[in-house]
Amino acid sequence: MFSHLLPEFLVERRSDRCIKCRVCERQCPNGVHHYDTELDLMFSDESPCVGCQRCVVFCPTNALSVYPHPTTYRPNASWTREKLQDLKKQAETGGVILTGSGNDKPYRIYWDHLVLNASQVTNPSIDPLREPMELRTYLGRKPDTLEVEVCGDRVSITSRLSPNVPVETPILFSAMSYGAISYQAFVSLAMAAKEFGTLFNTGEGGLPREMREKFGQNAVVQCASGRFGVDPEYLNSAAVVEIKIGQGAKPGIGGHLPGEKVAANIALTRMIPEGTDALSPAPQHDIYSIEDLSMLIYALKEATNYEKPVSVKIAAVHNVAAIASGIVRAGADIVAIDGLRGGTGAAPKAIRDNVGIPIELALAAVDRRLREEGIRHKCSIIAASGIRCSADVVKAIALGADAVYIGSAALVAMGCTLCQKCYTGKCAWGICTQDPYLSRRLNPEIASQRLVNLLRGWSHEIKEMLGGMGINAIESLRGNREHLRGVGLEGWELDVLGVKGAGE
Amino acid sequence: MRPQISERYLPEKDSQACGLFGVMNTAGERFGGEMAINAMANMKVRGNGLGGGFAIYGLYPEFRDYYALHIMFERHQPGAKEMVDEFLADHFHVVYDEVIPTNKKATVLNPPVVWRYFVSPRRHPEEGNNLSDDEFVVEKVMHINTRIDGAYVFSSGKDMGVFKGVGFPEEIADYFMLDRLYKGYIWTAHSRFPTNTPGWWGGAHPFSILDWTVVHNGELSSYGTNRRYLEMFGYYCTLYTDTEVMAYAVDLLMRRQGLPIEVVSGIFAAPMWDIIEHMEPERRELYKTLRMSYAPLLMNGPFTVIVAHHNEMFGLTDRIRLRPITAAAAGDFVFLSSEEASIRAVAPRLDLAWTPPGGEPVVARLHTKDYLASLTRAV
Amino acid sequence: MAVSCARYGLREMFLGGVRSLEELRSRLSIEGQEAEIDARDLVHKEINDLIREAALSGARRITLLNVCGQRYIGTRLFLPQQDGKIEIHVYSTPGNDLGAFLAGHRIVVHGNAQDGVGNTMDDGEIVVHGRAGDIVAMAMRGGRIFIRDSVGYRAAIHMKEYTGKVPVLVIGGTAQDFFGEYMAGGIVILLGLNLKPGERHHAHYIGTGMHGGVIYLRGEVAPYQLGREVGVLELDDKDRRLLHRYVGEFARHFNLNAESILDDRFVKLMPVSKRPYGRVYAY
Repeated sequence: MFSHLLPEFLVERRSDRCIKCRVCERQCPNGVHHYDTELDLMFSDESPCVGCQRCVVFCPTNALSVYPHPTTYRPNASWTREKLQDLKKQAETGGVILTGSGNDKPYRIYWDHLVLNASQVTNPSIDPLREPMELRTYLGRKPDTLEVEVCGDRVSITSRLSPNVPVETPILFSAMSYGAISYQAFVSLAMAAKEFGTLFNTGEGGLPREMREKFGQNAVVQCASGRFGVDPEYLNSAAVVEIKIGQGAKPGIGGHLPGEKVAANIALTRMIPEGTDALSPAPQHDIYSIEDLSMLIYALKEATNYEKPVSVKIAAVHNVAAIASGIVRAGADIVAIDGLRGGTGAAPKAIRDNVGIPIELALAAVDRRLREEGIRHKCSIIAASGIRCSADVVKAIALGADAVYIGSAALVAMGCTLCQKCYTGKCAWGICTQDPYLSRRLNPEIASQRLVNLLRGWSHEIKEMLGGMGINAIESLRGNREHLRGVGLEGWELDVLGVKGAGE
Repeated sequence: MRPQISERYLPEKDSQACGLFGVMNTAGERFGGEMAINAMANMKVRGNGLGGGFAIYGLYPEFRDYYALHIMFERHQPGAKEMVDEFLADHFHVVYDEVIPTNKKATVLNPPVVWRYFVSPRRHPEEGNNLSDDEFVVEKVMHINTRIDGAYVFSSGKDMGVFKGVGFPEEIADYFMLDRLYKGYIWTAHSRFPTNTPGWWGGAHPFSILDWTVVHNGELSSYGTNRRYLEMFGYYCTLYTDTEVMAYAVDLLMRRQGLPIEVVSGIFAAPMWDIIEHMEPERRELYKTLRMSYAPLLMNGPFTVIVAHHNEMFGLTDRIRLRPITAAAAGDFVFLSSEEASIRAVAPRLDLAWTPPGGEPVVARLHTKDYLASLTRAV
Repeated sequence: MAVSCARYGLREMFLGGVRSLEELRSRLSIEGQEAEIDARDLVHKEINDLIREAALSGARRITLLNVCGQRYIGTRLFLPQQDGKIEIHVYSTPGNDLGAFLAGHRIVVHGNAQDGVGNTMDDGEIVVHGRAGDIVAMAMRGGRIFIRDSVGYRAAIHMKEYTGKVPVLVIGGTAQDFFGEYMAGGIVILLGLNLKPGERHHAHYIGTGMHGGVIYLRGEVAPYQLGREVGVLELDDKDRRLLHRYVGEFARHFNLNAESILDDRFVKLMPVSKRPYGRVYAY
């Protein structure tokens, strides 16, 4: 069918700079650039351009610019360019519109309406460069009370403790499965987590066998609705087992990894036949209620000899606080909450942009509810979705999180530019693709270094902010809303967040 | 009419899951609580210790002509009992009342005082005789539940009663000494796993209106649609639970409109359109019309429910059976449970054990073998 | 209704009151490779503690007596350092998730089983001398399950296979709705032995979303009972060999005559596409 779609980006080439080296042609997986040998000229067809900026970054002479296409329909606040383009695309295909990355719609970002505190006069701020500043966090269930036996000057613990896992910085890598992202990207995350003493998350695509021994102790392994790659060894090789109920980008729906991406090694890791669609059902079919969830939680504890904390990851939805309370009562050691702006490799746009609630509100509501019920210490809370910088981390912890998951931020560190075309499998940066020509662009040694650098930079900034508040251990910030104030928020929003307005 | 309140300030709906059990002697012989209590203890992991309860039929034969009111009074509201006593004296002949005896050694937290009254309606001349006795009682019970702080009516039927509270079911049974003091020919029981914050004894289940009791497992995704439809018929939810909605829908369709459960199941758990298409013409017309007429009462989302009233106990699951049910029979006993093992724990020798498909009720009626009808498509 | 419930805290329904191995030692008797456990009134963790203890002490055949509703039997037997597989005999009514994540062992149930038999089972064998509940063999990826009677909803849901590991599920009776939903691999055989002459299987939505594996069906179904993603095929020789093998095994477990079962007509249900939803999306 003849397409009525307008191109999304304009590609501009400065011919005075172009040396016809054809780097752009090789770098673009979408066929935007091509070299005409007869005319000895570089040409661009901008219609397939996704704006990933790979060619711009790699052009040795800075001859290229790529920016949003200026061609536009008559401006209309209701019928925007995006709405019109989507309508035309569906008229041409009859399909569900897919997208990647997180919700890009202008919902209020509460991080940007919260400001942090610092010590002035009444207590001293601390200089983290020279004084101890601790970010280590233990994830897992804590006891109501410790029973000890005092025998002379020896004190021994007699209570049975739940398993806990330490992280050296309260930043974990979000679930991104091998299959959704390339092997190279997957390994890069594992290497960085191991080097920095934190955790990466396998997502639901399994953990390749050759990685289990080396990286298992830094892995959160998921048991999701598709049960891909879940065998007893996988569960037992991990630091944490996570039941994935939902994901912020697509609460309530499943996923399809299209068969053409299920190549030999992915099929082996997911434990499915090569070339078949990897269908993740919307629900876990053994969990239709909260008591079923408790059944799976304890099935996993049994399968791992009660040695691993079990996490339950949910999307932040309307009654998230009640759900989280049920999850903790069901036996989860960790509750991970993924908000409205959580990323994805592929999701129907209608879902990504319209379902769920912002993580800031969800997190505050969950933290408060669990405290009201006297069970906050029974779990750790991991907040996820749209954490863009160290200040977002600090604010999340002050709103009650024990740690955060970062996904998009980590991908950007490796090269991602949030072009939102992850679902096409043609990621020019070698991250979200299974095409070996593209994925080998990502060198795990280098990519993991970029990730470690990011963690180091953020951790240092977190220490600076903590020091400013006169706090030298991250646990003293957790749920400490006294260090937050709201700016430009309405009364109900401050109520839900549990923070005062600035100046109050 | 209830005063207009903004939806914003209505309480959050309670969602929950749980374990259910029901046992009936179809010959009408009364028996003790061991089976119900031990069956619930067998399924302990289906609850989370935040609610348990029992309904018993054939409980008060010596007062069978009087409405038996089980009313709880919160200890921190000492005036509540006086107000209720005054209200009851005004609107009823109270033939006997006493505190429900409890086991002082039982371990439950924060129990209220629970009192029982045996009453018959006393109409004031100005009230006229428009209301049947049943409607009169429903109205007065609603009055106590909504207007008298610190008092709540557990149950209000004749020759039956509900005992419930916060704890595991066996703890509640121990507290009310159900195993030692009571007999009945139907026992239903509920173990709760709320995701909401109860700690309030009235919030436990069974939920009851007159002699109808409902125990329910699951979460109705259609709650808002169901609730708003029921409001048109004068049912105002006060507890914001799915069970309450289910109970009101049963009351509307079965008690007030007189439809049997065999028909009502086609409303609550209506077959899919493509299944209806393949039915015999007469059945097709019936199910099509039921769906069309009662669409707002489709109970969408996972549920298993066990409903009881005098002479009848039935179990029903949603149309794609997202919650479990097992039925069993041994002699005159018919059992319904979330798990087969809990039945076998209390009745090791069963004649039959079966699981009907979603949407197909298992109906046990006094002096009949109606429950066998659900065997045809069962496994 | 605004009552503080902080005091209620968290009730432990799973692990509250769990006794230590030492306290329960008398429940376990081991003689050489044989062990017996009296499971009366034990909770699931206690049973699995004892099973694990028996296995680590060298028992290879463990008999569980008085089982009634306890979950996860056999789940905690991932013992990579240990040689030899374990056989567990269960009398009589195990609870949900029997053999969940089973790591190659064998479980025989002398009675009915409940929901979740062989959930995400990796390898091994489960034989049930009775019926089973919902989601039998969910996400199973290896080993065999034989159920003598019927099964509930969503049996074989999302069963899969890979690199020569092909799970097998044989059911003697019939099944309820969503049988074989999402199937991505494996062999499922539904024998319908308890159907009356002329009676169709009752399940609707058979094989809906199926994109791998195969279902062999003995007995009748109407086309509208099948999911859109499956096609009905006649058997070829390879199919007959497969049936011969697994129905033979089934018959041996339950003392039945395989030949008379195999004499009847079978049909084969296969997915029409490995990618049933390839056209759902606009790229």
